[in-house]
Amino acid sequence: MNPVVWVPADAAAVSVGADEVAAALEAAGATVRRNGSRGMLWLEPLVEVETDAGRVGYANVGAHEVDPLLGGVLDDTDRCVGVVDEHPWLTGQHRVSFARVGVIEPTDLAAYRAHGGLAGLERALTLDPADVVREVTDSGLRGRGGAGFPAGIKWETVRTARSDTKFVCCNADEGDSGTFADRMLIEGDPFTLVEGMTIAALATGATEGFVYLRSEYPHAIRTLRRAVEVAYAHGVLGGSVLGSGRRFDLEVRVGAGAYICGEETSMLESLEGKRGEVRAKPPIPALEGLFGMPTVVNNVLTLSAVPMVLADGGAAYAALGTGRSRGTQVFQLAGNVARGGVVEADFGISLRELVEQYGGGTASGRPVKAVQVGGPLGAYLPPSRFDLPMDYEAFAEAGAMVGHGGVVVFDDSMDAGAMARFAMEFCAKESCGKCTPCRVGSTRGVEVIDRIRAGTQRESNLVLLEDLCATMTKGSLCAMGGLTPMPVRSALEHWPEDFGVSPAAADATTDAMPESATSTTGGARP
Amino acid sequence: MRQRGPSPAPAPAPADPGRAAAVRALAEGMAPMRGPLLPVLQAVVEQHGFVHDDDVPVVADVLNVSRADVLGVLSFYHDLRRTPPTAHRVALCRAEACQARGAEATVASASDRWGGSTDVEVGEVFCLGNCALGPAGMLDGALHGRLTPERLDVLTEGWPA
Repeated sequence: MNPVVWVPADAAAVSVGADEVAAALEAAGATVRRNGSRGMLWLEPLVEVETDAGRVGYANVGAHEVDPLLGGVLDDTDRCVGVVDEHPWLTGQHRVSFARVGVIEPTDLAAYRAHGGLAGLERALTLDPADVVREVTDSGLRGRGGAGFPAGIKWETVRTARSDTKFVCCNADEGDSGTFADRMLIEGDPFTLVEGMTIAALATGATEGFVYLRSEYPHAIRTLRRAVEVAYAHGVLGGSVLGSGRRFDLEVRVGAGAYICGEETSMLESLEGKRGEVRAKPPIPALEGLFGMPTVVNNVLTLSAVPMVLADGGAAYAALGTGRSRGTQVFQLAGNVARGGVVEADFGISLRELVEQYGGGTASGRPVKAVQVGGPLGAYLPPSRFDLPMDYEAFAEAGAMVGHGGVVVFDDSMDAGAMARFAMEFCAKESCGKCTPCRVGSTRGVEVIDRIRAGTQRESNLVLLEDLCATMTKGSLCAMGGLTPMPVRSALEHWPEDFGVSPAAADATTDAMPESATSTTGGARP
Repeated sequence: MRQRGPSPAPAPAPADPGRAAAVRALAEGMAPMRGPLLPVLQAVVEQHGFVHDDDVPVVADVLNVSRADVLGVLSFYHDLRRTPPTAHRVALCRAEACQARGAEATVASASDRWGGSTDVEVGEVFCLGNCALGPAGMLDGALHGRLTPERLDVLTEGWPA
């Protein structure tokens, strides 16, 4: 009787040796299954052995440890984390979108179905399109890419638009530092995304879909392409979705290394094969999107929430969360954090709970100095702000943003002035170049911050920096230039000493920043 | 993958005979796609290692677009190489989460070791989605986490200087 052993094929696990462990286990005679990651990334490679009690996990397994692992030598050490489903990191979470990630083999359609998959799509096929949209509207689901726009309103716009051709496009260009939930979902449970997109197509009358997936995610590309093949082979996709006579074709397109293509209109340009320059809105993509046709553009996590919304009803999803932020968010703990990974929880969870209870503080063991929430365009927040609840409105009020749910932790060796400079440098490198405030302003921003930090005419340069931030915030075509001031201003506000500035001088300039750049153009990330 | 610092790329030698026919055949095969220009250029990089200047008029002709359209797309995307790839490629993440784990030290170490090398190209990327196990990097296309300067040295043992 060969032991059945699960070894994640998730890119993060592979990056620390999971493939070598899987090969060694097979050589030792074990039956190896490859799952996604459970999201407890500090334990990777997390190997799970099937037992009568459940799947028992072993942390940080190396290929040279396969024999002691199979021989039970690790059982009485702290390397054995017990039955994985009972791990406190997981039991406290509310896994909705991530329910199957790490549990099943990603492209096993039978396992997907056995774990509740396709129930949402089957129900959607029994409803009128308008009723499918109503379920999504009732659920309160908002865009998980970062903009937080109500998905139901977007879908209704596409549904009622008149056109023979409509599209569903999934934005999987997850370029924000500190975010990897899209990648992990695609690598761990791609059928959830396929199902969500198919439901979106049925609801809006679209017959063609595209997933725009980053080239930086080669493992995800392979898994998703395989999943699409399997879905076609089993009639989930194609000329007659589950035998309904309704057509939906889905294609995976790969990006070419441009951060800006995560902005929805830039992504559409790129899908059309062009330079990824953002479009001015209006017209909104829901009316004139891909190739000028009505198009649903949603993030991976938005679309992946849809199957559950349809299976259990919109009200069940709306029962989770807080305020106007309904449902769950997949938070990602990253950077200098002791326990990094994925925490799917109801909106309303505090930053402190995420960073201290789940994250366990810094990996270096030094005090936490700052976290950056919402990617490279998000604000830097000091520990004094950690009681903020994770909620779109609460964050916006605090001059910050939830964004795509990434939380990057920094210890006290972080130089906030250097990070502010980097925010401008990154914007200069990744700007699409279409609008001047972003294209030129970001380069000037690097120079002005350098002068401030060098002590060159500091007071007048602080005024100039604030003026520049205001221009970029108000004048940029999209959130790339529009939000870059957010990390810059927050760094200066909370850590003026890292710029060589006295707190009083910083107050004088940052007082002039009443309008937080939280909703520039309503576009998705950036 | 993007180059760090100034790197005056030598103009590629004239394309080998037969390349134009191969690129033409590739573009003709993909022309019926929706929005084929970017996928065609990606396929050229995949099959030939880079896009040669001589490929531009061929692709433009097949897809019935201007050479300016092709050059516009070619110059926009970091992935579309215009020079032959080196024997080895290091792409290190410099995004915030990896910086929080000391990525800049790994970048400096790699730049010191291979700066000016004609065999090993050191580039930067912004986010490989491995942000909880940083510093992250790609070595010849394979993803690695916890990439300290020491671990980078171990993983690239035997590479040319």
